[in-house]
Amino acid sequence: MDLALLPDAPTDTERAAIDAVVPADPDTPGPLPAGERRDLLLPAFHAVMDAVGWISRGALGHVCARLGVPPAEAYGVATFYALFSVTPRAPRTAHVCDDVGCAAFGGEALCAALEDRLGPPGAREDVTWTRSPCLGMCERAPAVFLQRAEPEAGDGLGDHQQIAPADVTTVLEGLGGADVPGPDPVVSTPQAGADGLHLLARVGVADPADLDAYRAAGGYAGLRRALAVGAARVVDEVTTASLTGRGGAAFPTGTKWAAVAGSPEPEKYLVCNADESEPGTFKDRVLMEADPFALVEAMTVAGIAVGARTGYLYIRGEYPAAERAVRHAIDEARHHRLLGDDVMGSGRVFDLEVRRGAGAYICGEETALMNSLEGRRGEPRAKPPFPTVAGLFGKPTVINNVETLVNVLRIITEGGPEFAAVGSGRSTGSKLFCLAGTIARPGVYEVDMGTTLRELLELAGGVPPRLRAILLGGAAGSFVTPDQLDVPLTLEGTREIGASLGSGVVLCFDDDTDFAPVLRRIAGFFRDESCGQCVPCRVGTVRQEEALARIVRGREIGGRTTELQLLTDVDRVMTDASICGLGQTAASAVRSALKLGLVGASGATGGNGVESS
Amino acid sequence: MTLVDLGTIRRLVSVTVDDVEHRVPEDATILDVLDRAGCDTPRLCQAPNLTPVNACRVCVVEVEGSRPLVPSCARRVEDGMVVRTDTERVAHSRRMVLELLGSANDMSQAGDDVARWSVEYGADPERYGPVGPPAAAGERGNRHPGHHAEPDGETRATVAQPVTVDNDLYVRDYARCILCYKCVEACGTDAQNTFAIAVAGRGFDATISTEFAVPLPESACVYCGNCIGVCPTGALKSVAEHELREAGEWDPEDETVTSTICSFCGVGCTLDLHVQHNTIVNVTSPHDHSVTHGHLCIKGRFGFQHVQNY
Repeated sequence: MDLALLPDAPTDTERAAIDAVVPADPDTPGPLPAGERRDLLLPAFHAVMDAVGWISRGALGHVCARLGVPPAEAYGVATFYALFSVTPRAPRTAHVCDDVGCAAFGGEALCAALEDRLGPPGAREDVTWTRSPCLGMCERAPAVFLQRAEPEAGDGLGDHQQIAPADVTTVLEGLGGADVPGPDPVVSTPQAGADGLHLLARVGVADPADLDAYRAAGGYAGLRRALAVGAARVVDEVTTASLTGRGGAAFPTGTKWAAVAGSPEPEKYLVCNADESEPGTFKDRVLMEADPFALVEAMTVAGIAVGARTGYLYIRGEYPAAERAVRHAIDEARHHRLLGDDVMGSGRVFDLEVRRGAGAYICGEETALMNSLEGRRGEPRAKPPFPTVAGLFGKPTVINNVETLVNVLRIITEGGPEFAAVGSGRSTGSKLFCLAGTIARPGVYEVDMGTTLRELLELAGGVPPRLRAILLGGAAGSFVTPDQLDVPLTLEGTREIGASLGSGVVLCFDDDTDFAPVLRRIAGFFRDESCGQCVPCRVGTVRQEEALARIVRGREIGGRTTELQLLTDVDRVMTDASICGLGQTAASAVRSALKLGLVGASGATGGNGVESS
Repeated sequence: MTLVDLGTIRRLVSVTVDDVEHRVPEDATILDVLDRAGCDTPRLCQAPNLTPVNACRVCVVEVEGSRPLVPSCARRVEDGMVVRTDTERVAHSRRMVLELLGSANDMSQAGDDVARWSVEYGADPERYGPVGPPAAAGERGNRHPGHHAEPDGETRATVAQPVTVDNDLYVRDYARCILCYKCVEACGTDAQNTFAIAVAGRGFDATISTEFAVPLPESACVYCGNCIGVCPTGALKSVAEHELREAGEWDPEDETVTSTICSFCGVGCTLDLHVQHNTIVNVTSPHDHSVTHGHLCIKGRFGFQHVQNY
């Protein structure tokens, strides 16, 4: 394909960064065949961002020339992701979380302090700051992600860092180039070292960087057994275990695996969804930072079971520590032939590729994630066809969340029936919960399915005094009240009270909380994170935020009842007619908060009463 | 000899629409069935000569077994499928899509069908408050994804902005753009394979854009005008039409259509010449034409001035 490129040339730094990511085609020096490696588009943009801090015309043109991607499409991709900038930006930018888990817990204060020191976002050319949606470090609010461009970073991972809890001094030091202490997953896991843990068993016990320590702690027993019993048996065990997806949608994992394993298509893929970005969620980050080999092993089990030769790990761009941990684990596993063309001497072929997200909540939606992996805008696809039929690169694909995959190791070592014996109904095994907000010991907790919300809070230091409400399941979940603490934490139990487990968020608010900014932040979040593809979500999230602004300011058009009716109407079309789960749940938390009278006078906005998953 | 295209042999499947059973070919969409059944199904992003993108969601229906509503334009029928179009849920979503679009876009040139559906379904875009100020030229394209100014609710956000006129052949009036993706599809693999435009930005701030929003003459655009041909809202139109409308001389009542064959090359595309007051104002091609599928090149679509130079 002849590409019409802008005349601008890349700088030497830009060219070097891009060429390091895009391999030269040995047969045809110069550009790769048109679009064939479009999946390298995001890695190439990341390379430019990591080196120079923004994507210039020359850089974009060079990426397009190398990959055979039309520049208008590449620009459409670059402008979709919040971590990319197509206008000059300070090479060191602090993304400060002002989301529901951080704002009232130091986030807003930190924004004010940084504005005082650095001026408003974008004011300075050397260092700057900007507001950010949830950064997944809610247990140690406030959280900051430092996006730092460094041409000499070398390891291909950039020089990015996370700070939590962050204060203005540390952030300014980090912006000055200093190394700041990264997140410590052990601190985030108050149960570390306790008995009876499965998903968190190795946290704080085994060195996450040491393969031998992982093996000594029981690691790779699962893969050994999986290879011994064979793929079909592994799929059966997962099906028998009744494992459901832990990312929020709770789809039966065994059903996905069986569909892909049974597909006659020779080329299949495994994808791990590590794009954790539901506000209030940080469990997958902790798992990857503290026990990365477990994820690598679980993906190997899954990949071989479903017949995939390549697995992709799509990890959130704001998680540099987790990415480093996982990449190190993959290198180690490959070195010890636990990945590659002869996994554990079995003759089976399986390897992993890590891909970094770039700041888009929507890419946690499975088909949006696949589009992103393919170098496209993170827009969800129409289903059917489902990913098990036509997923990544159009091939049958199993896509599972991090926590879901790590559960597989227990299923393989203990057996499916044993796993299914924990919990009840569709809710089996153990579950991770992310406790944050006004709670004594915030962090990730592992409990058996069926544990009540009250018991969970007891683990974290007791039911918070003056508890007013809990955001359960994330921004796409709903608020529950202190009189509902005896709800068993299962899919069925939460559904019964009109809530959902979602991604395991348990964000506590006491009665000092002003819920108006909380709700406005949630509404603003969905307006920001809507991909814009379908009308109900694209315009509906805007109208929801505007109506909420009027209600909390007492500036209703036509009175409270009229505004609540308007919100209900918008809620219904988003829930009924949006393409994907983002739009379908964008009104959930707002609906529940209004119903509970958390803002303004009490009034009921009923929605359509349909449970969103 | 005349060759008759018999197509592929297709199995017939049974689909029930509002309690009436229909036997239709297995690769039909639900919308095909609705059209055959004589339902007046609203549609905006759908076109018979483009791949469905199911973005506008105005054609949604209820399908038994599906919790969310289903876009009838994109969903293929299955044997035994039970479809309902006559429910309150369907009517509500259709009304709200029309209403939300009307609240954010200038729909005044979206045609008679849209105006009729808006009345029929009871869309009331005005209830979202007074219209906020329009964006300055180019401002919407420079918004950063994931960030927006917090609204106070006093006015409603719209996509209003000045018309972009950067070439001699067509204008881009993005205050009317509903992001139906049709122009992008026509510029891309569905017709032209030029890829001069794509959707850029995210969410409500998404726009149709060239790379770095450069003017069309600096982009890959070849001025085939196929984007104009598929635009449902008048966001893309010829300079000729734009100028007549601006001058208050646009007169669709007077318009006649004359079919002819393009004389520029040997392909022989069918042209429909749209004539107002004895002047060609637009050229299109029928979407069901086996050669053009409704798409033309720069010569067929814009090369008519010589006809009028007599």
